[in-house]
Amino acid sequence: MYDPTVARLTYRALLGRRRALILFSLPVLLIVIASLVRGFTGVDDQVAADVLGGFALATMVPLIGVIAGTGAIGPEIDDGSVVYLLSKPIKRPTIIVTKLIVAIAVTMAFSAIPTFVAGLILNGNGQQVAIAYTIAALVASVAYAALFLLLGTVSKHAVVFGLVYALVWETLFGSLVAGARTLSVQQWSLAVAERVARGDLVSSDVGLPVAVVLLTGVTVLATWYAGQKLRSLTLAGEE
Amino acid sequence: MTVINIDHVSRWFGNVVAVNDITMSIGPGVTGLLGPNGAGKSTLINMMGGFLAPSTGTVTLDDRPIWRNEGIYKEIGIVPEREAMYDFLTGKEFVVANAELHGLGDKAAGRALATVEMEYAQDRKISTYSKGMRQRVKMASALVHDPSVLLLDEPFNGMDPRQRMHLMDLLRRMGADGRTVLFSSHILEEVEQLASHIEVIVAGRHAASGDFRRIRRLMTDRPHRYLVRSDDDRALAAALIADPSTAGIEVDRAEGALLIQAVDFGRFTQLLPKVAKEHGIRLLTVSPSDESLESVFSYLVAA
Repeated sequence: MYDPTVARLTYRALLGRRRALILFSLPVLLIVIASLVRGFTGVDDQVAADVLGGFALATMVPLIGVIAGTGAIGPEIDDGSVVYLLSKPIKRPTIIVTKLIVAIAVTMAFSAIPTFVAGLILNGNGQQVAIAYTIAALVASVAYAALFLLLGTVSKHAVVFGLVYALVWETLFGSLVAGARTLSVQQWSLAVAERVARGDLVSSDVGLPVAVVLLTGVTVLATWYAGQKLRSLTLAGEE
Repeated sequence: MTVINIDHVSRWFGNVVAVNDITMSIGPGVTGLLGPNGAGKSTLINMMGGFLAPSTGTVTLDDRPIWRNEGIYKEIGIVPEREAMYDFLTGKEFVVANAELHGLGDKAAGRALATVEMEYAQDRKISTYSKGMRQRVKMASALVHDPSVLLLDEPFNGMDPRQRMHLMDLLRRMGADGRTVLFSSHILEEVEQLASHIEVIVAGRHAASGDFRRIRRLMTDRPHRYLVRSDDDRALAAALIADPSTAGIEVDRAEGALLIQAVDFGRFTQLLPKVAKEHGIRLLTVSPSDESLESVFSYLVAA
């Protein structure tokens, strides 16, 4: 279920294009914010949790997920170069799983690591806040990568839909409408993080069992469906 | 022997019928798929390459279905029309990746690059390649696994004459080796030079099939229409209609011209100036009124 050549091509496509600039700049922005906050307010556990929850997990992780997830396959389908992968005796689900692994790895690297570093800067991992949000970022990376990889497989406008989901649904509705929070990758990953952090610095609207089931279900279903879509992908040509 | 069988295949997109009940089989040797732009050639090739499901009918390779059958690509090599390939790779990296995806290694890639004579530029990035170089690297990627079937969609588009000749030689060799080579084109001369067998597609329909002599004859033997103006149209019309090379003449009074339908193209072109001279008539305009490729093709469909 993993093809090293597909993985290599996907990594190079992801890290070699203009997209890579956003991949690098968002983590840099997080570190800069963390440093400034630390400089102005000193060590404060609540502030640390607010910055990591409000910017890192709510905004940066989904954005990195959109870029890595849709970017792992969308551009190839758009410009037609995916034909060189599809015209090979390789099972289509293998292509999807490989691209998913790459998208997860890239999302984790560009979201979890900077989250941890920012946490250390903010309060030196006091109350396990840095670790908790790093774990949340890792967990969320898996689900976001799977969701946005599916989006990149089925839609030409994957980036736009991805951004709408990440920013409008997760951020805006998530904070206004209680029901939306149950269907939010961010809340599911917070449910996992809740167990790690001391005190009540991290909280989620979703219970841990529900969160684990939904995270696993969404990841597996999205991946399976993307594999099916790729099996019957049609390249309509220029006509 | 590898044969692609297309059996009563139609394909529509919404209300538009792109391919209309086509039945043909493509065997070893070089076959040209000829038709004007928008005739459905790409749609047909996409179905043969497994990138499009037929709406009705079946496309098979020696009785194995092509759609949703990844194993079939061990035997099929595809050269797509679209330009996009992994531009950030070098030519060699690209062909090696294609070989690896077939479970092959550097050796197969090297051989394919040598076949298309691209070794000299293999370490340059694809983004720096000319159109012809891209086409050759695409060929190499399709040849790495030594396929018995090669499908090429408009391979000569945008190539200069030298590159065109080089690719034609290569495809001729492939066909002579007993491979099934199919390429599409909208240019008769291109197809005529290369293909031993021609399939003509017009407006989604299978218009003609055969060797190039048969197709050429079909195209030149059709009635030709001319628009002729002279200083005495009626006298000219009377003189021309006496000859069997003329099938009909209409006096178009609004245009002030004759619309002549000729059945024997060669004989008519000799007859016209002779008759005019004998009767002392001055010819002012002689222009073929339907020489466009599209009208040639539409004649074939009607035939």
